[in-house]
Amino acid sequence: MRAIVTVIGKDRVGIIADVCAILAKNRVNVLDISQTVMQEYFTMIMLVDMLKEGVAFDQLSTLLNDAGRELGLSIRIQREDIFNAMHRI
Amino acid sequence: MITSGEILQTIEMIDQQHLDIRTITMGISLRDCAHPDIGVCCGKIYDKITKCAESLVVTGEQIEKEFGIPIVNKRISVTPIALIADSCEAEDYVPIASVLDKAAKEVGVNFLGGYSALVHKGFTKGDIKLIRSIPEALSLTERVCSSVNVATTRAGINMDAVAEMGRVIKETAMLTATDGGLGCAKLVVFANAVEDNPFMAGAFHGEGEPECVINVGVSGPGVVHHAISACRGLPFDDVAETIKKTAFRITRMGQLVAQEASKRLGVPFGVVDLSLAPTPEIGDSVADILEEMGLESVGTHGTTAALALLNDAVKKGGVMASSHVGGLSGAFIPVSEDAGMIRAAERGLLSLEKLEAMTCVCSVGLDMIAVPGDTSAETLSAIIADEAAIGVINNKTTAVRIIPVPGKGVGESVDFGGLLGKAPIMPVHPSSSAEFILRGGRIPAPLNSLKN
Repeated sequence: MRAIVTVIGKDRVGIIADVCAILAKNRVNVLDISQTVMQEYFTMIMLVDMLKEGVAFDQLSTLLNDAGRELGLSIRIQREDIFNAMHRI
Repeated sequence: MITSGEILQTIEMIDQQHLDIRTITMGISLRDCAHPDIGVCCGKIYDKITKCAESLVVTGEQIEKEFGIPIVNKRISVTPIALIADSCEAEDYVPIASVLDKAAKEVGVNFLGGYSALVHKGFTKGDIKLIRSIPEALSLTERVCSSVNVATTRAGINMDAVAEMGRVIKETAMLTATDGGLGCAKLVVFANAVEDNPFMAGAFHGEGEPECVINVGVSGPGVVHHAISACRGLPFDDVAETIKKTAFRITRMGQLVAQEASKRLGVPFGVVDLSLAPTPEIGDSVADILEEMGLESVGTHGTTAALALLNDAVKKGGVMASSHVGGLSGAFIPVSEDAGMIRAAERGLLSLEKLEAMTCVCSVGLDMIAVPGDTSAETLSAIIADEAAIGVINNKTTAVRIIPVPGKGVGESVDFGGLLGKAPIMPVHPSSSAEFILRGGRIPAPLNSLKN
């Protein structure tokens, strides 16, 4: 299942590393990644593929939310379908 | 691939503009639950609802998590109970309301609609028993919603039912006086009621509906407001285009959630209801949209035109985004549930008369309006009659959800809390309509040609 991970928060060292570590540990493959820093605010968007043998969606979502809280970032994961539905005919 | 800008736009809509799925409503037919013994009937109703809706709430929560979109309410609508209870020998239908309440609590839905009767042309014995039991049923239950259809374009207006509903509203307010007449917030009087409306308090599962169905109600006044705030000073063509595009996006999301819920629950998808449903939260108001178009306050001259544009553009944008659109589909203007409407009503800038005019061009009607507790039953009936006439003549659904707040008068307000919000008491016309209502009978169905 493909999903979009968005990470928004104040920039600091190691954000990408931290998020990717969680994803790798849970058998989530990163397909595409884009990031910008605007006025100290870090925004990263990742297209990921959740492998079948990996963790369940809601578990991963909770893991990312909790990690976000610890790191002082907003991290969320949403199925790709919602963006396709909203922005593509 | 979707661009980062589009992804961030979606997230902003959800985070800052209160975009949400307002409700996933499961419609359940109870037609196979009729039985002469009310005890057996209640048992069958309980079993059927708890079986069909067993995983409704869990499924809703799963979808919410995976798509990252809040699904505010999970609800149930059932066949109008008068149809089921007609075959019961019992005189009192309140036990059925109690069992509906119990079933709603068991499956975890916050409202269950369908303690209803359709009496636009006349009453059956069961209809009368049901209508008379509404005040007690609404005072004894927490989650049950009731509605009565008193008029249709094809049948005209049943004025006996209109008169009766004035008394029922009054009695419901008295029985729930300690909560400010809360029972009336769960009671809707309809003209041209629709069979597949997912929104409360007026939802019921109509006669033409299948065994079980999933209907979804989308919302998003905040998103529309944000979008048209970028059109300041531009002509109405641009405003309408912007609303259409926004409505399209919101509805696509509703369609996606509806299909997903339908697939997971193994229940057919019914309709997406494209309604802009406000909540009392700041930034989730239909009034704000109208004011954004250039009105100093909602309720001033121009409000009806602004609302007509909004309502029409929402439908035009949404229709293409969903395979089946239904329900009420339009902009709601519930006074107590909309921060902007509350503000205008408190300042005396929004009158009952203007609200009535607004209902000519939007769904659904005089909604969540608090009036003085000493308003007579006949005046309430006359308000219903006016609203029904608008619906019947204009071939649209109209409704009245009005609360004569016991012990309160103009200048005071009533706070129901949560989604039902806070309503300033609005003045009603001081002259009597009693003789008009006392006539009874039916107002004939209107002519559908020679329109002027």
